[in-house]
Amino acid sequence: MKIAICVKQVPDSWAEKKMVNGVLDRESVDAVLNDLDEYAIEEALRIVEPLNEGKESPEHTITLISMGPDRATEAIRKGLSMGADDAVLLTDAALAGSDAIATSKVLAEVIKSGGFDLVFCGTESTDARMSVVPAMLAERLGWAQLTFAGSVKVDGAAKRVEIARMTESGVENMSASFPCVISVIEKINEPRYPSFKGIMAAKKKTIANKSLADISISANEVGSAGAWSVVESAQARPPREKGVKIEDSGDAGTKLADYLAEKRLV
Amino acid sequence: MIMSNVLILADHDGGKISKTAAELASLGKRAGSVTAVVLAPASQGDALAAQLSNTEVEKVVLVESDDFARHGIPALVDALAQIVGAENPNAVLIPSTAKGKEVAGRLAIRIGGGVITDAVDVNSDLGATQSVFGGSFTVSSKVKTGTPVITVRPSSVEATATSTTAVIEKLSLTIADSAKLVTITGTQPAAKGGRPELTEAKIVISGGRGTNGDFSQVEAMADLLGAAVGASRAATDAGWYPHTHQVGQTGKTVSPQLYVACGISGAIQHRAGMQTSKTIVAINKDPEAPIFDLADFGVVGDLFAVLPQAREAISSKRG
Ligand SMILES: Cc1cc2nc3c(=O)[nH]c(=O)nc-3n(C[C@H](O)[C@H](O)[C@H](O)COP(=O)(O)OP(=O)(O)OC[C@H]3O[C@@H](n4cnc5c(N)ncnc54)[C@H](O)[C@@H]3O)c2cc1C
Ligand SMILES: Nc1ncnc2c1ncn2[C@@H]1O[C@H](COP(=O)(O)O)[C@@H](O)[C@H]1O
Repeated sequence: MKIAICVKQVPDSWAEKKMVNGVLDRESVDAVLNDLDEYAIEEALRIVEPLNEGKESPEHTITLISMGPDRATEAIRKGLSMGADDAVLLTDAALAGSDAIATSKVLAEVIKSGGFDLVFCGTESTDARMSVVPAMLAERLGWAQLTFAGSVKVDGAAKRVEIARMTESGVENMSASFPCVISVIEKINEPRYPSFKGIMAAKKKTIANKSLADISISANEVGSAGAWSVVESAQARPPREKGVKIEDSGDAGTKLADYLAEKRLV
Repeated sequence: MIMSNVLILADHDGGKISKTAAELASLGKRAGSVTAVVLAPASQGDALAAQLSNTEVEKVVLVESDDFARHGIPALVDALAQIVGAENPNAVLIPSTAKGKEVAGRLAIRIGGGVITDAVDVNSDLGATQSVFGGSFTVSSKVKTGTPVITVRPSSVEATATSTTAVIEKLSLTIADSAKLVTITGTQPAAKGGRPELTEAKIVISGGRGTNGDFSQVEAMADLLGAAVGASRAATDAGWYPHTHQVGQTGKTVSPQLYVACGISGAIQHRAGMQTSKTIVAINKDPEAPIFDLADFGVVGDLFAVLPQAREAISSKRG
């Protein structure tokens, strides 16, 4: 079985984000591996590890695929130190400002050339927060879409996958044959911390660097030039007015009721 | 000005048309005439389409097929793409739910149009307003290639009512085999209970780790105010409340008139789902909790003392 995982390097989700000229200011915050993609890596590891046990060279492999700047290698190394086998990083100056349409196009081309059975994704990148790339990949590849999985069962022999899709509208059980695009929610597992051994091993793993020319996509189809939507203006929301804070000395509940009544909220 | 034709996806669940349909119709009306697409289970279409009367919808395109429930999103997209081809609309509006966004993403690629997700408003030129980074920035964006596909957050606008009855056009179409790769074998709809839906509620009362697993005070306050109940990830991860009630980055985004955070510290991922609420109240034992930076009214205290007292005071005010 060959598994690919789409991982993105994002600004640290714990940091406040800012916009400069209508685009996210990526320089001012630390760049990390998208939290939610760690769950995808963990889930894929849990699928292949038991299958590879006792084998001399792993027969079931995990390849990380990322589109991003050079410094995305740091995020990729983290995924490799968790246990993925190798990685492909697609970097190109023309990709700056790409929207989800372009991102999915690039990722789909990389996936097509890899002969994968399954592609795992996170449910959203914590910077773009669109939650559309996995569905777009399924559309572009013509593969089965098994997204928002809260549990995943893979039957390698029958080449079938079963998931429980968990969204705001409830749970749906669904299944499909390989090849599939799977996205996992953050309730599915607890991602491991890379071990010292894993970190050392990751230093020797291959990250293949590719550019647009390698996947036959032209520069004007991607990046700000190829974007199908544009940000016309961006404004910081005015800061909230400073509120009142009271210390409960036995009557705070009553005072809260008074406040709500005064604001006509009750 | 040339009148536009705006297509909206009228979502439904358990035989009921979603409230979002009337909201999308009101937004579409600003640009021109509104056609609603209803993708219904076999023989349930008329009952669903009838629920669109008194909205801004002028025409309903109704497709009945059990493929939608059996094969999910790709089947919806296949039907929508065929309808877009026939109707040639100036834009497609879809509810910004997990499902809606995935439908929009796939549809945009299929029809070659740009996509904007999580809009909170759409103007008469079909430009969208989005609230990004957990509401800290407001962005105006526009699709410049192909037919715009825009997803709009539930409850972003007040639906306008009319007295018109929509014309219903039944369409039979074939769902392509390539849209049937996934089989849905079972569904368990989210438990509804008697309380309003989180994204539709005017008031949300949320509980976090500070409840220590006891949501009874949070629920009692919610019931007194006709509010929805929300939860932090700490509370849903602990299994204290269903994950469908999680508010925040990986949960729902809410923007109610009143949000009351009880025993929630206010981590950035939680704030991302609630900081555009009109009025924010926080009850927390820790005076340093970051939630107080957002709160219009903050109480440093024990939620198990403050909530029952507030409830009693509200009840006696009401007489
Ligand atoms: C990728 C990612 C996504 C995430 N997505 C979300 C999300 O969608 N939503 C979300 O909420 N979180 C999310 N989180 C988690 C987030 O970082 C916090 O861990 C979480 O919000 C904490 O929940 P809490 O405030 O209930 O718990 P805590 O941070 O533990 O806070 C509990 C608070 O309760 C107070 N308290 C205790 N007892 C009482 C009492 N009796 N009365 C009053 N106050 C009391 C304490 O003083 C404390 O401030 C995410 C994290 C990551 C990494
Ligand atoms: N630039 C990228 N490189 C690799 N994977 C990505 C990229 N952007 C998005 N993804 C994948 O798509 C998922 C959803 O992202 P999004 O649709 O941007 O919210 C992420 O969790 C990743 O798995």
